Amino acid sequence: MTRLMTCIECPQGCQLSVGVDGTRVISVTGNKCPRGEKYATQEVEAPMRTLTTSVLTKGLELKMLPVRTNKPIPKEKLLSAMEAVKRITLTSPVKTGSVVAENFLGLGVDLVAARELGKQQ
Amino acid sequence: MAKRELVIVGGGPAGMAAALAAKESGVKDILLLERDQHLGGILNQCIHPGFGLHRFKTELTGPEYADRFVKLVKDSPEIEVSLRSFVVKLTGEKRISYLRPGALEEIEARAVILATGCRERTREMIPIPGSRPAGIYPAGLAQKMINMEGWIPGKEAVIVGSGDIGLIMARRMVLEGMKVKAVIEIQKTSRGLVRNVVQCLEDYGVPLYLSHKITKIHGADRVEKVSVVEVDENFNEKPGTGFELACDTVLVSVGLIPENELLEMAGAEIDRKTNTPVAAEVNLTSIPGVFACGNACKVYDLVDWVTRDSEKAGVSAAKYLQKAEGEQ
Repeated sequence: MTRLMTCIECPQGCQLSVGVDGTRVISVTGNKCPRGEKYATQEVEAPMRTLTTSVLTKGLELKMLPVRTNKPIPKEKLLSAMEAVKRITLTSPVKTGSVVAENFLGLGVDLVAARELGKQQ
Repeated sequence: MAKRELVIVGGGPAGMAAALAAKESGVKDILLLERDQHLGGILNQCIHPGFGLHRFKTELTGPEYADRFVKLVKDSPEIEVSLRSFVVKLTGEKRISYLRPGALEEIEARAVILATGCRERTREMIPIPGSRPAGIYPAGLAQKMINMEGWIPGKEAVIVGSGDIGLIMARRMVLEGMKVKAVIEIQKTSRGLVRNVVQCLEDYGVPLYLSHKITKIHGADRVEKVSVVEVDENFNEKPGTGFELACDTVLVSVGLIPENELLEMAGAEIDRKTNTPVAAEVNLTSIPGVFACGNACKVYDLVDWVTRDSEKAGVSAAKYLQKAEGEQ
């Protein structure tokens, strides 16, 4: 079976034609770089996405801190991850890359700060 | 009146890249004026990934991309950053007036780089008839509300226009628990990047109606619903194709316009159609020694190219200053 998909790894958005046998990828064509083949394989086997959102803060310079998972998480976990993010309130200053939640949801990824944020002046 | 070598208006990606490049090219006295309380500009609210693939060969979020430049700027003694500083006036003689908390400052620059970005087109700029209830937002404003202020604009949204900001906001609103009923695009194809159609709409089952337009926004105090109709290739309504979508929020994502009010004030020539400076080359304006870069110069779809071109503006300003020095 051939599955058509658009690579989302970069803004080029290559149109991929993916030969699939069940959940196994046999061939990938249409990709302009090796990332396309990796993406197609992952997308067929288990789609992953990086979650980016923001968490509430208290006593810091901005009301919200932008955060991201430091690695992609399974696509079907995105909404439950958002539920967990809503329960977080950050009260201490962070540097870019500081861990906000370790081993987030037991998924083996950390939720990290996407910017520096100091105390409210 | 205090004199400065180079004054840059706007501390977003364009202004920071220009400042750093000017410094590298030998300019020793750079004043970077930013109206917000932080550097970074619009990147601060663009919390999604997708930045820096060309520049840094890795995928960053907006704040992470900004952070890399903020650090370099802060480590540069040649660059003085003045935050909460809003430029209200620029003259053809490169005199600048700006407000900062507690003071109105007036300075004279030998060269100026305008990195003032762009503004969103609004509902008023596209014909959508109907009432004027609460609940209609430019997509970028909704982005700031959700990502930076922690406010959710409503419960059920319809997005007008398929620009990248609208597509990205569709995903944001779904993740924040809102229902996104549809994205309505009058053209035959999406205006945004195809990857955003895939990862922001298809991933979450948000329908994209191409060759459709909103014919009316209904609601007295708050948006209640919108009327939608299919259009033909001449954008005429196809009879019998109309339907309604109940919603309390409408996001308008119909493009950006370069912001060049200061340049206009200074008497530079502006292209009325695109609102961009008229000049022989990118980054130049019709006033010698006044440069424009980033989205003020032309609307970019990737920040990586904003950085690349704005660095050229910094280099051009440095060359201009060196040449002016030699002539004195």
